[in-house]
Amino acid sequence: MNMEQGIVFAGFGGQGVLLAGKVLARAGMEHGLEVSWLPSYGPEMRGGTANCTVVLSDALIGAPNVDAPQALVAMNQPSLDRFEPQLVPGGVAILNASLIAREARRSDITVVPIPMNDIARELDAPRAINMVALGALLRALDTVPLEVAGDAIALEMEERGRAKLGEVNRLALQRGYEAASSVLQAGA
Amino acid sequence: MSRVLMRGNEAIAEAAIRAGCQCYFCYPITPQGELVEYMARELPARGGAFLQAESETAAINMVYGASAAGVRTMTSSSSPGISLKLEGISYMAGARLPGVIVNIMRGGPGLGNIAPAQGDYFQATKGGGHGDYRLIVLAPSSVQEAAELVMLAFDLSDRYRTPAMLLADGMLGQMMEPVELPDPIDPATIPGRPWALTGAVDRAPNVVLSFDLDPQGLKEMNKGLQRTYQEITERELRWEEVDTEDADLLIVAYGSMGRIAKSVVRSAREEGIKAGLVRPITLWPFPYARIRELSERVSTVLTAELSAGQMWEDVRLAVGDRAATPFFGELGGVVPTPRDVLSEVKRYANG
Repeated sequence: MNMEQGIVFAGFGGQGVLLAGKVLARAGMEHGLEVSWLPSYGPEMRGGTANCTVVLSDALIGAPNVDAPQALVAMNQPSLDRFEPQLVPGGVAILNASLIAREARRSDITVVPIPMNDIARELDAPRAINMVALGALLRALDTVPLEVAGDAIALEMEERGRAKLGEVNRLALQRGYEAASSVLQAGA
Repeated sequence: MSRVLMRGNEAIAEAAIRAGCQCYFCYPITPQGELVEYMARELPARGGAFLQAESETAAINMVYGASAAGVRTMTSSSSPGISLKLEGISYMAGARLPGVIVNIMRGGPGLGNIAPAQGDYFQATKGGGHGDYRLIVLAPSSVQEAAELVMLAFDLSDRYRTPAMLLADGMLGQMMEPVELPDPIDPATIPGRPWALTGAVDRAPNVVLSFDLDPQGLKEMNKGLQRTYQEITERELRWEEVDTEDADLLIVAYGSMGRIAKSVVRSAREEGIKAGLVRPITLWPFPYARIRELSERVSTVLTAELSAGQMWEDVRLAVGDRAATPFFGELGGVVPTPRDVLSEVKRYANG
């Protein structure tokens, strides 16, 4: 039986959900997996929301769009409203507790609330909320190692001429990972 | 070999440069904007020419001109933009000019929208422009295959002196996957173009035209084209099969829908349905004979497309009454999930 995971990242435009997905895909590839990254690029982006779907697999990937994702990263409440019902039973929802007031409605999923904006602000890097989110996801998925994702975001920043942002993004990943660890251990 | 994560649009552009494309002409349109941006950034830096024309019509005629002058050349657009290029494409076919046209399809007709669709199959495979011409039409279903097929498009286009089209859609253009980029070709391996307009020094002048006012002359020119199309049909058919050996239900799907269908075949098999897939890679020429052969052994041949049923006509031509030939399609840029297609498969598998 092969391993295949579908992950949806969703949030407001500007929260970095497309980049978070790309870094996961890149890290997955470096980790030796097959990956696909499918962005929403339509008018919905211009309406202020963005999402992307990443598939990680140990075999060639068929559909890059996913019926029932294993994981959702919801950076805001509209994203939770839209994608929570789609999650596979037993799936995991990483929620941005800084912006989402309500609890998850499903009882058959693992919910990991992370105060992403607060953690990013503590690092004096408010734009790194996407890496806080990705760090939490990596902990919950346990498919791609944290260090590989750290290298991927560092390279991504370097290629964008912002190499000096590599370290803070790596740190944001780490903080998100640790925050998810606390939540998951408390729930275990 | 190292793999890089690239968008379909970017991989197509990079592979075209590696195929020796020296001149690229365009008029921008979504969802193939990254292809234009990549070419604008990379092609001049690597010794080629990038030109954003004043219109699609101008761009395709620049391709005509560059090809007549003897260089590998390409244009790209999306559905409405391709409609505007059709006159020039017909002229290239008539003038026996190679060249590559990329269509990253979007929802239509008219201005439609910018979401993925496959509504341009008729346009690509049945002419589109005027006159008795064909395009070689290659339909990738992954970013890797898009890179490989754009290089093949240049080769086939040169070999047969006819324009070739890479037909993909917004999903493939926008998505990222790992790619192992093919090595750049050695320009010395590009076939010579003794017919090109390179300056008539120590030789008789060449003429590149798509007209002959004498009906007998134009008839002969057309017969020559038809001979070429026959040769292409005999030699260049390409398709992929998944689990067809023992299949009782065959899906025929190409491009993005073809890869969704791969997931469907896998899920159907997990549920005990003997499904298989034929994914045409050349849409023209179309693998009629192989689909006809397989239709002898299955009860159902289900065509799935992001259209109202365009390739379906070719599938039905191939299958005739040997098997049931239902259709599943989505319209307007809506992309079905594997589950949507699987429920169709179950309907016919249980019927």
